[in-house]
Amino acid sequence: MSSPHDVVITGIGLVSSLGEGPDAHWQKLTRPGLEPVLDAVRFAPYTIHPLPEIDWNLQIAKRGDQRQMETWQRLGTYAAGLALDDAGIKGNDELCTTMDMVVAAGGGERDEAVDAAILAASESRNDRDVLLNEKLTTELRPTLFLAQLSNLLAGNISIVHKVTGSSRTFMGEEGAGVSAVETAAARIRSGQSTHVLVGGAFQTEHSDMLLGYELAGYLHRGPWRPVWQRQGAEGGGVVTGSGGAFLVLEQREHAKSRGRKIYAELGPVVSGRARRRRGELNAEIATLLKQAALPNGELLTISGASGAHAATAAEKDVLDANPALAVRAFSTLTGHMKEAQFPFAVALAALAVDRKAGYPAFDATVERQFESVPTTVLATAIGYHQFEGLGLIKAA
Amino acid sequence: MANLRDHMGRPIVAVTGIGVVTSLGVGKADNWTALTSGKSGIHPIIRFPVDHLNTRISGMVDFLPSSSKGASPLTYELAETAAQEAVSEAGLDSGDFGGPLFLASPPVELDWADRFSLYNSDKKDAGAERLLRVARALKELDIFETTQFGSIADRLADRFGTRGLPITLSTACASGATAIQLGVEAIRRGECDKALSIGADGSATAEALIRFSLLSALSTHNDIPEKASKPFSKDRDGFVLAEGSGALVLESLEAALARGATILGIMRGCGERADDFHRTRSKPDASPAIATVRAALADAGLSEDEIDYVNAHGTSTPENDKMEHLSLSTVFGERVGSMPISSNKSMIGHTLSAAGAVEAAFSLMTMRESVIPPTINYDNPDPAIVLDVVPNKKRNAEVGTVLSNSFGFGGQNTCLVMAREPV
Repeated sequence: MSSPHDVVITGIGLVSSLGEGPDAHWQKLTRPGLEPVLDAVRFAPYTIHPLPEIDWNLQIAKRGDQRQMETWQRLGTYAAGLALDDAGIKGNDELCTTMDMVVAAGGGERDEAVDAAILAASESRNDRDVLLNEKLTTELRPTLFLAQLSNLLAGNISIVHKVTGSSRTFMGEEGAGVSAVETAAARIRSGQSTHVLVGGAFQTEHSDMLLGYELAGYLHRGPWRPVWQRQGAEGGGVVTGSGGAFLVLEQREHAKSRGRKIYAELGPVVSGRARRRRGELNAEIATLLKQAALPNGELLTISGASGAHAATAAEKDVLDANPALAVRAFSTLTGHMKEAQFPFAVALAALAVDRKAGYPAFDATVERQFESVPTTVLATAIGYHQFEGLGLIKAA
Repeated sequence: MANLRDHMGRPIVAVTGIGVVTSLGVGKADNWTALTSGKSGIHPIIRFPVDHLNTRISGMVDFLPSSSKGASPLTYELAETAAQEAVSEAGLDSGDFGGPLFLASPPVELDWADRFSLYNSDKKDAGAERLLRVARALKELDIFETTQFGSIADRLADRFGTRGLPITLSTACASGATAIQLGVEAIRRGECDKALSIGADGSATAEALIRFSLLSALSTHNDIPEKASKPFSKDRDGFVLAEGSGALVLESLEAALARGATILGIMRGCGERADDFHRTRSKPDASPAIATVRAALADAGLSEDEIDYVNAHGTSTPENDKMEHLSLSTVFGERVGSMPISSNKSMIGHTLSAAGAVEAAFSLMTMRESVIPPTINYDNPDPAIVLDVVPNKKRNAEVGTVLSNSFGFGGQNTCLVMAREPV
């Protein structure tokens, strides 16, 4: 039964190595046997899924604004613009100024050349703290700080797209993306917000972004393999990708009153924090599935599995235990997009509901067929290191 | 019997525990004594060499065991210390808090000390390639965890037994206030009957200082450190980078009364509004800040003349203080010249991600103690800013309601309205 305060999805903005926009993603992802776009050279021994070619001008009209952002902020601002356009909100002052925003963010890009020069100099100097002052005071671009700062992705979305109702930035890898969607939905259900922009972006083509995983040995090395087939391979199982996903979540009544197309309804979103060192992850995922109250029958499941060995094995164990689930791990084709992972999963789920069709297996050796019309789709994001969440996306 | 619901029918949110750490000391008692005697915590930087730096003073917290261990360990310790004080005061189990955690903390990065030590641990190849190769051979997770944005909250969640997935957030200089707002909203929505909101910032590294310096945001009045932060003064020249933490235990008034907890104050309202003008400057007409104050008043169900005192954002930058004056004078009209408006930052500097929470803690104490902490270093008033800043000396006054402002880089503005008593 639908109710006026239901949360519905009225805008989707996607960017990944596969292209941009919901249509491009739908077309590619429904092509059986689609090959991923990979770059195994630039960051060898790591493989990444690079950004597609993007004409930033299409969503960030002013060159001056583009220059004030490094690629990560630009990517997020761009994906946010796609979602706003898709929802018919972009350029509508009244809708933008009353729109709330929750962005899931990590950090932006440091100046690699400056860092490398400091590290090189550190080999021959013992006064490293002084070296740091000397180099950073003279070689850092003054505005770089803002161009890399976490909360400035949201700041730039306000500046470029004029979304000014409220602005919050959640941090914390995949969990931030889960909390962002969960909080946005809770605001709408309680009547606090009528429409919320929510999402995140990840730009992996920077050594620090790889280092963030590799300090714990999480990255997969050697020849690329699909997400489910990385156990036991060299490295830690994660192959990253650049991309972004933003959603416009809206109160059903609000969306209807302005005559917008509704992709899907966002059902329950649940999150958790397993104490993984105590081996709680499997049980936590099972608990979350219970809390989400899965419908009976075959259920398409868009998994945000990262490939990280332990977390991915746990997720697979729990999902495999329910024979009704037909799982699709999209990171096989897009790479892992950290904070954007859950919003991306929700977007793909919403597309399947809207188009009344599932996706073919992204890895036919592991993922089983799904031929039904999906009226409900499960989306998961089990963090590669910590935090878990999932949600149900239903026919509008 | 107090009302348990507010003017919009939502559960009233009470504060039952307060914790704070600043450069003035650990805990409410020491901080309050120093703050009300007009003492400054701003001092010369000792944590790292100041060669080549234009700013050589700060309000760093140099007296904790983690003070020299890097931004992530110090931020954790600051958060833990303040939270422990707050949870104890609330009389709750400090290992089994049982409500959600909202943490405002700075974005994390691999510390330079770790960068240097990883890099210099061998000599093969160079640059990022070497770092990545050395990184993947590490056997311990300590360094890794300092680079994960969710790790401080994850540890705090373990330490205090908070419920669910903890939220780590940043709204720049408004972060601490946003953490409180998120807690208030969760209780109002009925998702929980208590929440732990913390703002903590131990990220005053050399690089952080240099970054703000390059934006010309910091005071360079190095000679007399305790005089450098001078909000609303004519010769103010920037903020003073500082560290600290504030923690509040928030509870529905109903739950707090039911368990016989002492009510330390009421979170009456929260308001927020983003600015779309510029990355570091606010819209010249101050409309976003004005809208934020008004939204907080409306959320609190109070009119302009029902605010007794304003705990200002008052950073001591030329831009902020001018715009804050403009927004307050627009909202409060003629009354603005006669209502007390003081800036804690004159004594503790700008604690960035923690500021909103630290200043909320001090706002609550202002009401409880009936003492308004002064704006110190107010020797040379800015003639364009006519405010009663409670200059230089504390003032005894009955304060029933406080507006606390937080306006951040990136245009993120949050205001909190607090009251001494339930309605």
